[in-house]
Amino acid sequence: MAFQNLSSRLQDTMRKLRGKGRLSEKDVDEVLREIRLALLEADVNYKVVRDFIAQVKERATGHEVLSSLTPGQQVIRIVNEELTQLMGGTQTKLTMSSKPPTVIMMVGLQGAGKTTTGSKLARMLKSQGHRPLLVAADIYRPAAIKQLQVLGEQIEVPVFSMGEQNPVDIAKAALSHAQSRNNDVVIIDTAGRLHVDQELMDELVQIKEAVNPAETLLVVDAMTGQDAVNVSQSFNEQLEIGGVILTKLDGDARGGAALSVKAVTGKPIKFVGVSEKMDGLEPFHPDRMASRILGMGDVLTLIEKAASAVDQEQAEKMAAKLMEAEFTLEDFQEQLAQMKQMGPIDQLIGMIPGMSNAKQLQGLEVDDGHLRKIEAIIQSMTPEERRKPELIGGSRRRRIAQGSGTRVQDVNRLLKQFNQTKQMLKQFSGPQKGRRKKGMFSLFQ
Amino acid sequence: MFWKKMFGAKDNTPPVEEQIVEEQKEQGFFQKLVSGLEKTKQSFVHQVERIMTGRKVDEELFEELEEILIQADCGVHTSLFLVDQLRERARAEKITEAEELQAVLVEEIVDLLQKNASPLRTPTEKPYVIMVVGVNGAGKTTTIGKLAYRFKQENAKVLLAAGDTFRAGAIEQLQVWGNRVGVEVIAHQEGADPAAVAYDAINAAKARGSDVLILDTAGRLQTKVNLMSELSKVHRVVTRELGRDLDEILLVVDATTGQNALSQGKIFKEAVPLTGIALTKLDGTAKGGIVLALANELDLAVKLVGVGEQYEDLQDFDPSVFAAALFGTAKQ
Repeated sequence: MAFQNLSSRLQDTMRKLRGKGRLSEKDVDEVLREIRLALLEADVNYKVVRDFIAQVKERATGHEVLSSLTPGQQVIRIVNEELTQLMGGTQTKLTMSSKPPTVIMMVGLQGAGKTTTGSKLARMLKSQGHRPLLVAADIYRPAAIKQLQVLGEQIEVPVFSMGEQNPVDIAKAALSHAQSRNNDVVIIDTAGRLHVDQELMDELVQIKEAVNPAETLLVVDAMTGQDAVNVSQSFNEQLEIGGVILTKLDGDARGGAALSVKAVTGKPIKFVGVSEKMDGLEPFHPDRMASRILGMGDVLTLIEKAASAVDQEQAEKMAAKLMEAEFTLEDFQEQLAQMKQMGPIDQLIGMIPGMSNAKQLQGLEVDDGHLRKIEAIIQSMTPEERRKPELIGGSRRRRIAQGSGTRVQDVNRLLKQFNQTKQMLKQFSGPQKGRRKKGMFSLFQ
Repeated sequence: MFWKKMFGAKDNTPPVEEQIVEEQKEQGFFQKLVSGLEKTKQSFVHQVERIMTGRKVDEELFEELEEILIQADCGVHTSLFLVDQLRERARAEKITEAEELQAVLVEEIVDLLQKNASPLRTPTEKPYVIMVVGVNGAGKTTTIGKLAYRFKQENAKVLLAAGDTFRAGAIEQLQVWGNRVGVEVIAHQEGADPAAVAYDAINAAKARGSDVLILDTAGRLQTKVNLMSELSKVHRVVTRELGRDLDEILLVVDATTGQNALSQGKIFKEAVPLTGIALTKLDGTAKGGIVLALANELDLAVKLVGVGEQYEDLQDFDPSVFAAALFGTAKQ
């Protein structure tokens, strides 16, 4: 129980409600108790939970639910709505200055991920046509400047640094540097500091006064516990932050901090960090996150990812092939490459409605390693073998297994599943529609 | 002290002056601990004292206590466990005054912490090898810097291995620490195979006759299966080259972490045989109740705590001293 995530926990509770004709007050109480525990285990702040539960309870026991034909559905809807509300209603964008350069200041505790996130943000802005400048103002942590320089090089964004001088001077100099070089966005990476360290907090206030940023972003680790509230509150009080970036959401942290921070500071979460790679920064969508928590799937993000990773023309060609059941291992290889562009497979599966909770996926570590194995096997085949897998007999299988560093069983399994998939496709496209067999997804297991 | 005991320690009883210095030093450590725990004390202990003053033991009291424990990041499970223990003892020992219950709470907390408590293992063979693992941003490299300083102070010959070949600037960060503390660092290029770094480091430590070798690793979220298997591989290589188990494999946990620390402990333990936890940034959090959850729900001892940014602010974790610093009771 202890390691079950918020989403599955809520889903369990909700299942009890589903299909119930009438809800007694006791039913509602029991559900709310479960939700309360789940939220607490997800590190949502205690007081935030209390308010949340009170709000849901008021609505759930009111006229709205009792007069409904499907009260279970109604409670789910209310919890969903209130969760979305709690995380900030609709999505908010970055604040840009009307007169460039727009200055963005990254602040937060040590180890929250400021340097990485600042670079990700620069990359994102650059891809939108901006000309960002990164500023190395973390003079305390050893090699922090170096880290920013390396990242800047990776994403081809200039990095301004002045060694270990006063950060306020660095920020000021960076601003005039940006003006002369025509950079329209300046992202300042400040040193991590404890919110209780007054001396360092004062330094941030001075930087802020010196460069007047349009956006001060607080970087918060998604794994933060109950203290998320104090941290964001004290940064907000002293610096008047404009928004929050939640990092390390690709871990299994339940991200209760997301729920707390907005409730306490009133400031929106603008982006979330979802991987160690430089493209792992996404806009925060409270409604999607709430749906995801409730196990309703995050279809919108999935579609967006697919749209940006898949070439339209290629997709059409593929669809035609699928229809004619002419699908070969070569095509399959192509598809794998596209899926890889969409991001880690376990993240994708979490977005499919019903999948995050599907029985066959429980306990299954959907691991990109499987995909890599499949890729290696296909790559070890000759082009001819890929087009005509029926050619592959015993000795070819051994060769392929050796070439790809896998076992013959792995090759057998891939070929078998490929054939099943192909047959399934035939049934779909052929005249008589047969029973559905194990699909492509079984390849990932 | 720790070190002298093992290598080249001839005089077991230091001269009187040195003893006094040692005592003063320990006194200093205790004060550090007290001030590092100030935040926790204010929010946790003072709240406990507030509800435990001038009232009778009743169900409402237990509920309030549960609330305070959860707010301190003890986790639902451990909080309920502690409160149940108290309820049981209050009934059995017929405790009716809330004030009396507070002492019982302190006892229970110390018991919980003592369950798996153990200091860093005593070195038996050179090199004494420590591997440091954890999620991104927990404070691994800083912890290594402080550990290196500590061993250096004890006149040990220390070698560091820059096993974080992934994060930009990580190697340089460790090298800066190496320079500061005055110890050597084995490093490869960024992007190099961390197992190869570890391999070289073990052999270098043997060749140079190092007393202590500390291996850094890249931060990784415990959900990344590939990265966790990479860690297992590094561990395998190290164990093979060393010809025995590592002396310590420490999981570094940020004290501001909430319940996710449990998942970290559990999954890292599956990848490598952890020997304990180094809890960092305890001075910054008003919470730190995660210490209790870790002790209660995982068989993992907290071995080190970081209570400040100074070199010497990384201390051995001693449950009774910790409780004394926290609850302001007299030391021992």
